[in-house]
Amino acid sequence: MNAASSGLPRPVIIIEECKGCGRCVAACPKEVLRISTTVNGMGYRVAEYVGEGCVGCAFCFYNCPEPFAIEVHKEDDRS
Amino acid sequence: MIIKSKGFYEEFERKAGRKRTTHYCAGCGHGIIQKLIAEAMADLGIQDDTVFVSPVGCAAFCYYYLDCGNVAGPHGRAAAVASGLVRAIPDKIVIAYQGDGDLGAIGFNNAFQAANRGDGFAHFFVNNALYAMTGGQLAPTSLPGQKTTTSPYGRDVVKTGEPLKVCEIFNQLDRPVYIERVSVADTKRIMKARKAIRKALQIQKEGKGYAFVEILSPCPTNMRADSVKAAQFVTDEMEKTFPLGCLRDRSDEEAPCCMDIAPRSVDDIVSADYEGDEITDMPDIKERKYKFSGFGGQGILSLGLVLADAASELGRHVSWFPSYGPEQRGGSASCSVVVSGLEIGSPAIDHPDVLVAMNQPSLERFLPTMQSGSVLIYESSVPLEIQVPEGVTVYPFPAADIASDNGVAKAANTALLGCMVELGLLDMPDEDVAAALARSFAAKPKLVDSNKKVFEAARAYARERLV
Ligand SMILES: Cc1ncc(C[n+]2csc(CCOP(=O)(O)OP(=O)(O)O)c2C)c(N)n1
Ligand code: SF4
Repeated sequence: MNAASSGLPRPVIIIEECKGCGRCVAACPKEVLRISTTVNGMGYRVAEYVGEGCVGCAFCFYNCPEPFAIEVHKEDDRS
Repeated sequence: MIIKSKGFYEEFERKAGRKRTTHYCAGCGHGIIQKLIAEAMADLGIQDDTVFVSPVGCAAFCYYYLDCGNVAGPHGRAAAVASGLVRAIPDKIVIAYQGDGDLGAIGFNNAFQAANRGDGFAHFFVNNALYAMTGGQLAPTSLPGQKTTTSPYGRDVVKTGEPLKVCEIFNQLDRPVYIERVSVADTKRIMKARKAIRKALQIQKEGKGYAFVEILSPCPTNMRADSVKAAQFVTDEMEKTFPLGCLRDRSDEEAPCCMDIAPRSVDDIVSADYEGDEITDMPDIKERKYKFSGFGGQGILSLGLVLADAASELGRHVSWFPSYGPEQRGGSASCSVVVSGLEIGSPAIDHPDVLVAMNQPSLERFLPTMQSGSVLIYESSVPLEIQVPEGVTVYPFPAADIASDNGVAKAANTALLGCMVELGLLDMPDEDVAAALARSFAAKPKLVDSNKKVFEAARAYARERLV
Protein backbone atom coordinates (compact mmCIF):
# COMPACT_ATOMS: atom_id res chain seq x y z
CA MET A 1 0.00 0.00 0.00
CA ASN A 2 1.53 3.36 -0.95
CA ALA A 3 1.32 6.57 1.05
CA ALA A 4 -1.24 8.11 -1.25
CA SER A 5 -3.78 5.42 -0.70
CA SER A 6 -3.01 4.84 2.96
CA GLY A 7 -4.27 8.25 4.13
CA LEU A 8 -1.00 8.80 5.93
CA PRO A 9 0.58 12.26 5.79
CA ARG A 10 3.00 12.72 2.93
CA PRO A 11 4.83 15.40 0.99
CA VAL A 12 3.93 15.83 -2.65
CA ILE A 13 6.75 17.22 -4.72
CA ILE A 14 5.86 18.80 -8.03
CA ILE A 15 8.91 17.79 -9.94
CA GLU A 16 8.85 20.55 -12.54
CA GLU A 17 8.72 23.31 -9.90
CA CYS A 18 11.53 22.00 -7.70
CA LYS A 19 14.97 23.61 -7.93
CA GLY A 20 16.63 20.95 -5.82
CA CYS A 21 17.99 23.43 -3.28
CA GLY A 22 17.79 20.86 -0.50
CA ARG A 23 16.23 23.11 2.14
CA CYS A 24 13.42 20.59 2.62
CA VAL A 25 15.86 17.74 2.97
CA ALA A 26 17.74 19.61 5.71
CA ALA A 27 14.51 20.65 7.42
CA CYS A 28 12.79 17.28 7.59
CA PRO A 29 12.93 16.07 11.21
CA LYS A 30 12.25 12.51 10.11
CA GLU A 31 14.91 12.57 7.41
CA VAL A 32 12.56 11.10 4.86
CA LEU A 33 13.38 13.50 2.02
CA ARG A 34 16.42 13.35 -0.21
CA ILE A 35 17.78 14.76 -3.43
CA SER A 36 17.09 12.19 -6.12
CA THR A 37 18.88 11.39 -9.32
CA THR A 38 15.86 12.58 -11.31
CA VAL A 39 16.62 15.71 -13.33
CA ASN A 40 13.63 17.90 -14.21
CA GLY A 41 12.99 20.00 -17.29
CA MET A 42 14.84 22.97 -15.83
CA GLY A 43 17.85 20.77 -15.20
CA TYR A 44 17.60 20.49 -11.43
CA ARG A 45 18.02 17.27 -9.52
CA VAL A 46 14.83 17.33 -7.56
CA ALA A 47 13.87 16.32 -4.05
CA GLU A 48 11.97 13.11 -3.42
CA TYR A 49 10.14 11.43 -0.59
CA VAL A 50 11.58 8.10 0.47
CA GLY A 51 8.03 6.81 0.69
CA GLU A 52 7.34 6.47 4.38
CA GLY A 53 7.90 8.16 7.72
CA CYS A 54 6.33 11.59 7.04
CA VAL A 55 4.54 13.00 10.08
CA GLY A 56 2.88 15.90 8.24
CA CYS A 57 4.75 18.67 10.07
CA ALA A 58 5.07 20.70 6.82
CA PHE A 59 8.54 21.90 7.73
CA CYS A 60 9.54 21.09 4.17
CA PHE A 61 6.73 23.25 2.82
CA TYR A 62 7.73 26.29 4.86
CA ASN A 63 11.42 25.92 4.03
CA CYS A 64 10.77 25.65 0.34
CA PRO A 65 11.30 28.96 -1.49
CA GLU A 66 9.07 27.99 -4.38
CA PRO A 67 5.34 28.64 -4.13
CA PHE A 68 4.27 25.48 -5.91
CA ALA A 69 7.07 22.93 -5.58
CA ILE A 70 5.85 21.05 -2.54
CA GLU A 71 2.59 20.36 -0.74
CA VAL A 72 1.91 18.30 2.33
CA HIS A 73 -1.15 16.10 2.20
CA LYS A 74 -2.34 15.05 5.58
CA GLU A 75 -5.28 12.78 4.99
CA ASP A 76 -6.48 10.70 2.16
CA ASP A 77 -7.44 13.34 -0.36
CA ARG A 78 -8.80 11.08 -3.05
CA SER A 79 -12.38 11.73 -2.04
CA MET B 1 -6.12 18.49 4.29
CA ILE B 2 -3.47 19.84 1.96
CA ILE B 3 -0.89 22.32 3.16
CA LYS B 4 0.05 24.43 0.18
CA SER B 5 0.71 27.98 -0.88
CA LYS B 6 -2.00 30.60 -0.70
CA GLY B 7 -2.14 34.17 -1.88
CA PHE B 8 -0.20 33.67 -5.13
CA TYR B 9 -1.49 34.05 -8.64
CA GLU B 10 -2.33 30.75 -10.25
CA GLU B 11 0.11 31.49 -13.03
CA PHE B 12 3.00 33.92 -13.24
CA GLU B 13 2.81 35.94 -16.42
CA ARG B 14 6.43 37.03 -16.42
CA LYS B 15 7.62 35.13 -19.40
CA ALA B 16 6.83 32.24 -21.61
CA GLY B 17 7.69 28.80 -20.36
CA ARG B 18 7.31 27.81 -16.75
CA LYS B 19 4.38 29.68 -15.32
CA ARG B 20 4.49 28.50 -11.74
CA THR B 21 8.16 28.97 -10.90
CA THR B 22 9.71 32.14 -9.48
CA HIS B 23 12.86 33.75 -10.84
CA TYR B 24 14.72 33.23 -7.55
CA CYS B 25 17.83 31.09 -7.28
CA ALA B 26 17.54 27.72 -5.57
CA GLY B 27 17.43 28.19 -1.82
CA CYS B 28 16.80 31.95 -1.87
CA GLY B 29 15.22 33.44 1.25
CA HIS B 30 13.08 35.85 -0.79
CA GLY B 31 10.89 32.94 -1.87
CA ILE B 32 10.36 31.73 1.67
CA ILE B 33 9.48 35.23 2.88
CA GLN B 34 7.02 35.88 0.09
CA LYS B 35 5.34 32.58 0.78
CA LEU B 36 4.78 33.74 4.35
CA ILE B 37 3.46 37.13 3.27
CA ALA B 38 1.12 35.61 0.67
CA GLU B 39 -0.20 33.09 3.19
CA ALA B 40 -0.78 35.78 5.82
CA MET B 41 -2.65 37.99 3.34
CA ALA B 42 -4.86 35.08 2.35
CA ASP B 43 -5.52 33.98 5.93
CA LEU B 44 -6.35 37.51 7.04
CA GLY B 45 -8.62 37.92 4.01
CA ILE B 46 -6.94 41.16 2.95
CA GLN B 47 -5.68 40.38 -0.55
CA ASP B 48 -8.33 42.49 -2.25
CA ASP B 49 -7.62 45.43 0.05
CA THR B 50 -3.86 45.34 -0.13
CA VAL B 51 -1.35 47.17 -2.30
CA PHE B 52 2.12 45.67 -2.30
CA VAL B 53 5.07 47.86 -3.28
CA SER B 54 7.87 45.92 -4.95
CA PRO B 55 11.45 47.13 -4.65
CA VAL B 56 14.35 47.17 -7.05
CA GLY B 57 16.67 44.26 -6.36
CA CYS B 58 16.19 40.53 -6.63
CA ALA B 59 12.60 40.92 -5.42
CA ALA B 60 11.69 43.30 -8.22
CA PHE B 61 9.18 40.84 -9.66
CA CYS B 62 6.97 40.32 -6.61
CA TYR B 63 4.12 41.82 -8.56
CA TYR B 64 4.09 38.80 -10.86
CA TYR B 65 3.54 36.50 -7.93
CA LEU B 66 1.47 38.02 -5.14
CA ASP B 67 -2.24 38.03 -5.77
CA CYS B 68 -3.12 41.51 -4.51
CA GLY B 69 -2.78 45.08 -5.75
CA ASN B 70 0.75 45.73 -6.92
CA VAL B 71 2.94 48.69 -7.75
CA ALA B 72 6.69 49.04 -8.11
CA GLY B 73 8.92 51.89 -7.02
CA PRO B 74 12.30 53.04 -8.30
CA HIS B 75 15.41 51.84 -6.46
CA GLY B 76 15.15 52.73 -2.77
CA ARG B 77 11.74 54.38 -3.05
CA ALA B 78 9.35 51.63 -2.00
CA ALA B 79 8.86 53.27 1.39
CA ALA B 80 8.25 56.64 -0.23
CA VAL B 81 5.72 55.09 -2.59
CA ALA B 82 4.05 53.41 0.39
CA SER B 83 3.96 56.74 2.24
CA GLY B 84 2.15 58.20 -0.74
CA LEU B 85 -0.25 55.28 -0.97
CA VAL B 86 -1.30 55.45 2.68
CA ARG B 87 -2.31 59.04 2.05
CA ALA B 88 -3.94 58.47 -1.32
CA ILE B 89 -5.89 55.35 -0.30
CA PRO B 90 -6.11 55.57 3.50
CA ASP B 91 -8.64 52.73 3.76
CA LYS B 92 -6.40 50.19 2.08
CA ILE B 93 -3.59 48.07 3.44
CA VAL B 94 -0.13 48.90 2.15
CA ILE B 95 2.98 46.72 2.22
CA ALA B 96 6.48 47.85 1.27
CA TYR B 97 9.11 45.20 0.66
CA GLN B 98 12.77 46.17 0.36
CA GLY B 99 16.24 44.68 0.31
CA ASP B 100 19.09 45.95 2.43
CA GLY B 101 20.72 47.81 -0.43
CA ASP B 102 17.39 49.30 -1.40
CA LEU B 103 16.33 50.31 2.11
CA GLY B 104 19.67 50.56 3.91
CA ALA B 105 21.59 52.57 1.30
CA ILE B 106 19.92 54.56 -1.45
CA GLY B 107 16.49 54.64 0.19
CA PHE B 108 17.39 54.93 3.84
CA ASN B 109 16.03 58.40 4.40
CA ASN B 110 12.65 57.57 2.83
CA ALA B 111 12.32 54.55 5.08
CA PHE B 112 13.53 56.39 8.14
CA GLN B 113 11.18 59.32 7.66
CA ALA B 114 8.24 56.98 7.03
CA ALA B 115 9.06 55.23 10.31
CA ASN B 116 9.46 58.55 12.06
CA ARG B 117 6.02 59.66 10.87
CA GLY B 118 4.63 56.28 11.73
CA ASP B 119 3.04 55.94 8.30
CA GLY B 120 0.51 53.13 8.43
CA PHE B 121 2.07 50.36 6.40
CA ALA B 122 3.78 47.03 6.90
CA HIS B 123 7.44 47.36 6.06
CA PHE B 124 9.35 44.18 5.27
CA PHE B 125 13.10 44.54 5.17
CA VAL B 126 15.04 41.65 3.68
CA ASN B 127 18.59 41.65 4.97
CA ASN B 128 20.93 39.32 3.10
CA ALA B 129 24.02 41.36 3.99
CA LEU B 130 24.77 42.28 0.38
CA TYR B 131 23.50 43.64 -2.92
CA ALA B 132 22.36 40.44 -4.56
CA MET B 133 20.81 41.39 -7.87
CA THR B 134 23.81 43.38 -9.03
CA GLY B 135 26.28 40.63 -8.20
CA GLY B 136 27.04 40.52 -4.50
CA GLN B 137 28.49 43.92 -3.66
CA LEU B 138 29.01 45.34 -0.18
CA ALA B 139 25.81 46.58 1.42
CA PRO B 140 25.47 48.82 4.48
CA THR B 141 24.52 45.61 6.30
CA SER B 142 27.56 43.57 5.25
CA LEU B 143 29.36 42.09 8.24
CA PRO B 144 32.77 43.20 9.49
CA GLY B 145 35.31 41.23 7.50
CA GLN B 146 32.69 39.93 5.05
CA LYS B 147 34.05 39.28 1.59
CA THR B 148 31.90 40.69 -1.19
CA THR B 149 32.72 41.57 -4.77
CA THR B 150 33.53 45.13 -3.68
CA SER B 151 35.28 44.10 -0.45
CA PRO B 152 37.35 41.20 -1.76
CA TYR B 153 39.61 41.24 1.30
CA GLY B 154 36.73 41.57 3.72
CA ARG B 155 34.75 44.58 4.94
CA ASP B 156 37.00 47.07 6.66
CA VAL B 157 34.71 48.89 9.08
CA VAL B 158 37.20 51.72 9.50
CA LYS B 159 36.91 52.50 5.82
CA THR B 160 33.29 51.58 5.14
CA GLY B 161 31.50 51.90 8.46
CA GLU B 162 29.85 49.40 10.73
CA PRO B 163 26.90 47.24 9.63
CA LEU B 164 23.73 49.30 9.69
CA LYS B 165 21.35 47.99 12.34
CA VAL B 166 18.10 49.31 11.01
CA CYS B 167 15.83 47.81 13.70
CA GLU B 168 17.91 49.37 16.44
CA ILE B 169 17.94 52.73 14.67
CA PHE B 170 14.18 52.71 14.05
CA ASN B 171 13.67 51.74 17.66
CA GLN B 172 14.89 55.23 18.60
CA LEU B 173 11.82 56.70 16.92
CA ASP B 174 8.57 57.32 18.75
CA ARG B 175 5.97 56.39 16.17
CA PRO B 176 6.59 52.81 15.04
CA VAL B 177 4.09 50.40 16.57
CA TYR B 178 6.00 47.20 16.04
CA ILE B 179 9.64 46.37 15.32
CA GLU B 180 11.01 42.85 15.15
CA ARG B 181 13.98 41.08 13.60
CA VAL B 182 13.48 37.50 12.43
CA SER B 183 15.20 35.01 10.14
CA VAL B 184 14.24 32.36 7.62
CA ALA B 185 17.34 30.22 8.11
CA ASP B 186 15.56 27.19 9.56
CA THR B 187 12.13 25.95 10.55
CA LYS B 188 12.11 27.27 14.09
CA ARG B 189 13.09 30.70 12.83
CA ILE B 190 10.70 30.56 9.89
CA MET B 191 7.82 29.94 12.27
CA LYS B 192 8.78 33.06 14.24
CA ALA B 193 9.08 35.01 11.01
CA ARG B 194 5.64 33.76 10.05
CA LYS B 195 4.21 35.08 13.29
CA ALA B 196 5.94 38.44 12.93
CA ILE B 197 4.73 38.90 9.35
CA ARG B 198 1.17 38.05 10.36
CA LYS B 199 1.38 40.48 13.23
CA ALA B 200 2.61 43.28 10.99
CA LEU B 201 -0.34 42.67 8.68
CA GLN B 202 -2.81 42.34 11.53
CA ILE B 203 -1.63 45.76 12.73
CA GLN B 204 -2.46 47.09 9.26
CA LYS B 205 -5.84 45.45 9.28
CA GLU B 206 -6.58 47.22 12.54
CA GLY B 207 -5.18 50.50 11.24
CA LYS B 208 -2.73 50.82 14.10
CA GLY B 209 0.27 52.25 12.29
CA TYR B 210 3.78 51.49 11.18
CA ALA B 211 5.11 47.93 11.56
CA PHE B 212 8.69 47.04 10.66
CA VAL B 213 9.95 43.49 10.27
CA GLU B 214 13.57 42.84 9.35
CA ILE B 215 14.12 39.36 7.96
CA LEU B 216 17.60 37.84 7.79
CA SER B 217 17.67 35.92 4.56
CA PRO B 218 20.13 33.60 2.83
CA CYS B 219 21.43 34.36 -0.64
CA PRO B 220 23.22 31.15 -1.60
CA THR B 221 24.38 32.58 -4.91
CA ASN B 222 26.27 35.54 -3.52
CA MET B 223 27.18 33.96 -0.21
CA ARG B 224 28.87 31.41 -2.43
CA ALA B 225 27.46 28.47 -0.56
CA ASP B 226 24.81 25.83 -1.05
CA SER B 227 21.42 26.63 0.37
CA VAL B 228 22.00 24.85 3.65
CA LYS B 229 25.41 26.44 4.26
CA ALA B 230 24.08 29.87 3.29
CA ALA B 231 21.33 29.44 5.86
CA GLN B 232 23.95 28.44 8.38
CA PHE B 233 25.93 31.60 7.62
CA VAL B 234 22.83 33.62 8.38
CA THR B 235 22.44 31.96 11.75
CA ASP B 236 26.09 31.65 12.77
CA GLU B 237 27.47 34.92 11.42
CA MET B 238 24.68 37.39 10.70
CA GLU B 239 22.93 36.86 14.02
CA LYS B 240 26.07 37.97 15.87
CA THR B 241 25.62 41.42 14.40
CA PHE B 242 21.86 41.29 13.96
CA PRO B 243 20.39 39.57 17.01
CA LEU B 244 16.87 38.27 16.52
CA GLY B 245 13.97 39.38 18.65
CA CYS B 246 11.14 41.79 19.15
CA LEU B 247 12.36 45.30 19.89
CA ARG B 248 8.93 46.83 20.30
CA ASP B 249 5.30 45.78 20.30
CA ARG B 250 2.66 48.38 21.01
CA SER B 251 0.00 46.64 19.00
CA ASP B 252 -2.23 46.27 22.06
CA GLU B 253 -2.43 50.01 22.51
CA GLU B 254 -5.10 52.19 20.98
CA ALA B 255 -4.45 53.17 17.40
CA PRO B 256 -3.09 56.71 17.25
CA CYS B 257 -5.40 59.16 15.55
CA CYS B 258 -4.61 62.33 13.70
CA MET B 259 -4.76 65.67 15.43
CA ASP B 260 -7.99 67.46 14.81
CA ILE B 261 -6.76 70.16 12.48
CA ALA B 262 -9.61 71.24 10.23
CA PRO B 263 -8.52 71.12 6.62
CA ARG B 264 -8.81 74.29 4.54
CA SER B 265 -9.17 74.48 0.84
CA VAL B 266 -6.46 75.85 -1.40
CA ASP B 267 -8.78 78.74 -2.29
CA ASP B 268 -9.17 79.51 1.40
CA ILE B 269 -5.46 79.77 1.87
CA VAL B 270 -4.37 81.41 -1.33
CA SER B 271 -7.09 83.97 -1.80
CA ALA B 272 -8.28 84.50 1.75
CA ASP B 273 -8.01 88.30 1.61
CA TYR B 274 -8.37 88.72 -2.10
CA GLU B 275 -11.40 90.56 -3.29
CA GLY B 276 -10.33 91.23 -6.83
CA ASP B 277 -12.79 92.06 -9.58
CA GLU B 278 -13.30 90.09 -12.69
CA ILE B 279 -10.72 91.08 -15.27
CA THR B 280 -12.13 92.55 -18.43
CA ASP B 281 -9.99 92.57 -21.51
CA MET B 282 -8.67 95.98 -22.63
CA PRO B 283 -7.46 95.51 -26.20
CA ASP B 284 -6.04 99.02 -26.44
CA ILE B 285 -3.54 98.36 -23.62
CA LYS B 286 -0.48 97.03 -25.37
CA GLU B 287 1.47 94.18 -23.86
CA ARG B 288 4.75 95.28 -22.23
CA LYS B 289 7.47 93.04 -20.95
CA TYR B 290 9.70 94.27 -18.13
CA LYS B 291 12.83 92.61 -16.86
CA PHE B 292 14.29 93.75 -13.54
CA SER B 293 17.70 92.44 -12.67
CA GLY B 294 20.40 92.92 -10.05
CA PHE B 295 21.74 91.06 -7.08
CA GLY B 296 19.66 89.70 -4.23
CA GLY B 297 18.95 92.33 -1.59
CA GLN B 298 18.71 95.24 -4.05
CA GLY B 299 14.94 95.10 -4.02
CA ILE B 300 14.64 93.87 -7.58
CA LEU B 301 11.81 91.44 -6.88
CA SER B 302 9.84 94.05 -4.88
CA LEU B 303 10.28 96.60 -7.65
CA GLY B 304 8.62 94.17 -10.03
CA LEU B 305 5.91 93.47 -7.49
CA VAL B 306 5.00 97.14 -7.11
CA LEU B 307 4.54 97.43 -10.85
CA ALA B 308 2.55 94.19 -10.94
CA ASP B 309 0.36 95.35 -8.07
CA ALA B 310 -0.32 98.72 -9.69
CA ALA B 311 -1.29 97.05 -12.95
CA SER B 312 -3.50 94.49 -11.30
CA GLU B 313 -5.31 97.20 -9.30
CA LEU B 314 -6.12 98.79 -12.64
CA GLY B 315 -7.71 95.54 -13.75
CA ARG B 316 -5.02 94.62 -16.23
CA HIS B 317 -3.66 91.20 -16.93
CA VAL B 318 -0.32 90.81 -15.21
CA SER B 319 2.28 88.18 -14.41
CA TRP B 320 5.26 88.40 -12.06
CA PHE B 321 7.86 85.71 -12.41
CA PRO B 322 10.89 85.78 -10.12
CA SER B 323 14.15 83.98 -10.66
CA TYR B 324 16.84 83.80 -8.04
CA GLY B 325 19.65 81.60 -6.85
CA PRO B 326 19.92 79.75 -3.55
CA GLU B 327 21.58 82.74 -1.88
CA GLN B 328 19.44 85.03 0.26
CA ARG B 329 21.75 87.95 -0.49
CA GLY B 330 24.46 88.55 -3.01
CA GLY B 331 23.37 86.04 -5.65
CA SER B 332 21.81 87.28 -8.84
CA ALA B 333 18.11 87.93 -8.87
CA SER B 334 15.74 88.93 -11.57
CA CYS B 335 12.07 89.09 -12.23
CA SER B 336 9.94 89.26 -15.32
CA VAL B 337 6.76 91.29 -15.29
CA VAL B 338 4.30 91.22 -18.14
CA VAL B 339 1.45 93.73 -18.19
CA SER B 340 -1.23 93.45 -20.83
CA GLY B 341 -4.78 94.37 -21.71
CA LEU B 342 -5.31 90.81 -22.92
CA GLU B 343 -4.59 87.44 -21.47
CA ILE B 344 -0.87 86.72 -21.09
CA GLY B 345 0.60 83.76 -22.93
CA SER B 346 3.76 83.24 -20.93
CA PRO B 347 5.26 84.88 -17.87
CA ALA B 348 8.74 84.20 -19.20
CA ILE B 349 10.46 86.92 -21.23
CA ASP B 350 13.02 86.29 -23.94
CA HIS B 351 13.25 89.88 -25.23
CA PRO B 352 12.25 92.57 -22.74
CA ASP B 353 10.66 95.83 -23.87
CA VAL B 354 12.18 97.46 -20.79
CA LEU B 355 15.28 96.24 -18.99
CA VAL B 356 16.21 97.65 -15.60
CA ALA B 357 19.72 96.49 -14.77
CA MET B 358 21.32 97.21 -11.43
CA ASN B 359 24.67 95.46 -11.84
CA GLN B 360 27.22 94.29 -14.36
CA PRO B 361 26.13 90.64 -14.59
CA SER B 362 22.59 91.80 -15.37
CA LEU B 363 23.84 93.83 -18.30
CA GLU B 364 25.95 90.94 -19.51
CA ARG B 365 23.09 88.56 -19.31
CA PHE B 366 20.12 90.51 -20.60
CA LEU B 367 21.38 93.40 -22.72
CA PRO B 368 22.24 91.10 -25.67
CA THR B 369 18.65 89.84 -25.65
CA MET B 370 17.21 93.31 -26.29
CA GLN B 371 15.70 94.21 -29.62
CA SER B 372 15.26 97.43 -31.52
CA GLY B 373 12.72 99.78 -29.91
CA SER B 374 13.33 98.57 -26.39
CA VAL B 375 14.56 100.65 -23.47
CA LEU B 376 17.44 100.07 -21.05
CA ILE B 377 17.74 101.83 -17.71
CA TYR B 378 20.88 100.94 -15.83
CA GLU B 379 22.51 101.97 -12.60
CA SER B 380 25.01 104.53 -13.84
CA SER B 381 27.70 103.68 -11.32
CA VAL B 382 28.09 100.42 -13.25
CA PRO B 383 30.30 100.83 -16.33
CA LEU B 384 28.46 100.03 -19.54
CA GLU B 385 31.06 97.90 -21.29
CA ILE B 386 28.78 95.77 -23.39
CA GLN B 387 27.77 96.38 -26.96
CA VAL B 388 24.29 97.87 -27.02
CA PRO B 389 22.12 96.24 -29.69
CA GLU B 390 20.95 98.55 -32.42
CA GLY B 391 17.83 100.57 -31.81
CA VAL B 392 17.91 100.27 -28.02
CA THR B 393 17.39 103.50 -26.09
CA VAL B 394 19.77 103.73 -23.14
CA TYR B 395 19.28 105.73 -19.94
CA PRO B 396 22.05 105.72 -17.36
CA PHE B 397 20.49 106.53 -14.02
CA PRO B 398 22.21 107.11 -10.64
CA ALA B 399 19.62 105.23 -8.60
CA ALA B 400 21.95 104.41 -5.73
CA ASP B 401 23.12 108.02 -5.33
CA ILE B 402 19.63 109.45 -5.45
CA ALA B 403 18.50 106.96 -2.83
CA SER B 404 21.33 107.68 -0.41
CA ASP B 405 21.21 111.45 -1.01
CA ASN B 406 17.61 111.29 0.12
CA GLY B 407 18.33 109.33 3.23
CA VAL B 408 17.35 105.76 2.26
CA ALA B 409 20.38 104.03 0.81
CA LYS B 410 18.40 100.85 0.22
CA ALA B 411 15.72 102.55 -1.87
CA ALA B 412 17.51 102.45 -5.23
CA ASN B 413 14.62 100.34 -6.46
CA THR B 414 12.16 103.09 -5.55
CA ALA B 415 14.30 105.58 -7.44
CA LEU B 416 14.16 103.38 -10.51
CA LEU B 417 10.41 103.22 -10.26
CA GLY B 418 10.28 107.03 -10.25
CA CYS B 419 12.52 107.12 -13.28
CA MET B 420 10.29 104.71 -15.20
CA VAL B 421 7.21 106.77 -14.40
CA GLU B 422 8.86 109.92 -15.64
CA LEU B 423 10.05 108.25 -18.83
CA GLY B 424 6.49 107.14 -19.51
CA LEU B 425 7.33 103.47 -19.49
CA LEU B 426 4.48 102.33 -17.29
CA ASP B 427 1.34 103.23 -19.27
CA MET B 428 -0.60 104.12 -16.17
CA PRO B 429 -1.51 107.18 -14.14
CA ASP B 430 1.27 108.38 -11.82
CA GLU B 431 -0.91 108.29 -8.74
CA ASP B 432 -1.68 104.60 -9.23
CA VAL B 433 2.03 103.84 -9.22
CA ALA B 434 2.55 105.96 -6.11
CA ALA B 435 -0.34 104.20 -4.40
CA ALA B 436 1.12 100.78 -5.19
CA LEU B 437 4.46 101.94 -3.83
CA ALA B 438 2.79 103.03 -0.59
CA ARG B 439 0.94 99.67 -0.36
CA SER B 440 4.22 97.82 -0.64
CA PHE B 441 5.24 99.36 2.67
CA ALA B 442 1.98 98.49 4.39
CA ALA B 443 3.92 96.43 6.93
CA LYS B 444 6.49 99.20 7.53
CA PRO B 445 4.54 102.49 7.49
CA LYS B 446 7.62 104.41 8.64
CA LEU B 447 9.20 103.85 5.26
CA VAL B 448 6.34 105.26 3.21
CA ASP B 449 7.33 108.90 3.45
CA SER B 450 11.04 108.44 3.00
CA ASN B 451 10.46 106.29 -0.10
CA LYS B 452 8.06 108.86 -1.43
CA LYS B 453 10.84 111.41 -1.12
CA VAL B 454 13.21 109.18 -3.07
CA PHE B 455 10.50 108.55 -5.67
CA GLU B 456 9.91 112.28 -6.20
CA ALA B 457 13.62 113.08 -6.32
CA ALA B 458 14.12 110.38 -8.93
CA ARG B 459 11.30 111.78 -11.02
CA ALA B 460 12.78 115.26 -10.84
CA TYR B 461 16.18 113.96 -11.92
CA ALA B 462 14.72 112.04 -14.82
CA ARG B 463 12.58 114.99 -15.89
CA GLU B 464 15.54 117.36 -15.89
CA ARG B 465 18.32 115.14 -17.19
CA LEU B 466 16.82 112.28 -19.18
CA VAL B 467 13.63 113.35 -20.90
C1 LIG C 1 19.01 54.42 -9.10
C2 LIG C 1 19.59 53.06 -9.21
N1 LIG C 1 20.83 52.84 -8.75
C3 LIG C 1 21.36 51.62 -8.80
C4 LIG C 1 20.65 50.58 -9.33
C5 LIG C 1 21.29 49.21 -9.42
N2 LIG C 1 20.77 48.29 -8.44
C6 LIG C 1 19.78 47.41 -8.73
S1 LIG C 1 19.40 46.41 -7.45
C7 LIG C 1 20.56 47.12 -6.47
C8 LIG C 1 20.81 46.66 -5.07
C9 LIG C 1 19.96 45.54 -4.66
O1 LIG C 1 20.34 45.10 -3.40
P1 LIG C 1 19.28 44.82 -2.25
O2 LIG C 1 18.38 45.98 -2.08
O3 LIG C 1 20.05 44.38 -1.06
O4 LIG C 1 18.35 43.65 -2.82
P2 LIG C 1 18.71 42.15 -3.13
O5 LIG C 1 19.03 42.10 -4.59
O6 LIG C 1 19.88 41.77 -2.25
O7 LIG C 1 17.49 41.39 -2.80
C10 LIG C 1 21.23 48.14 -7.15
C11 LIG C 1 22.31 48.94 -6.57
C12 LIG C 1 19.34 50.83 -9.79
N3 LIG C 1 18.57 49.88 -10.28
N4 LIG C 1 18.85 52.07 -9.72
S1 SF4 D 1 20.93 36.25 -6.05
FE1 SF4 D 1 20.53 35.74 -3.92
S2 SF4 D 1 18.84 37.06 -3.29
FE2 SF4 D 1 18.92 37.06 -5.52
S3 SF4 D 1 17.50 35.43 -6.16
FE3 SF4 D 1 19.52 34.50 -6.05
S4 SF4 D 1 19.63 33.69 -3.99
FE4 SF4 D 1 17.95 35.12 -4.01
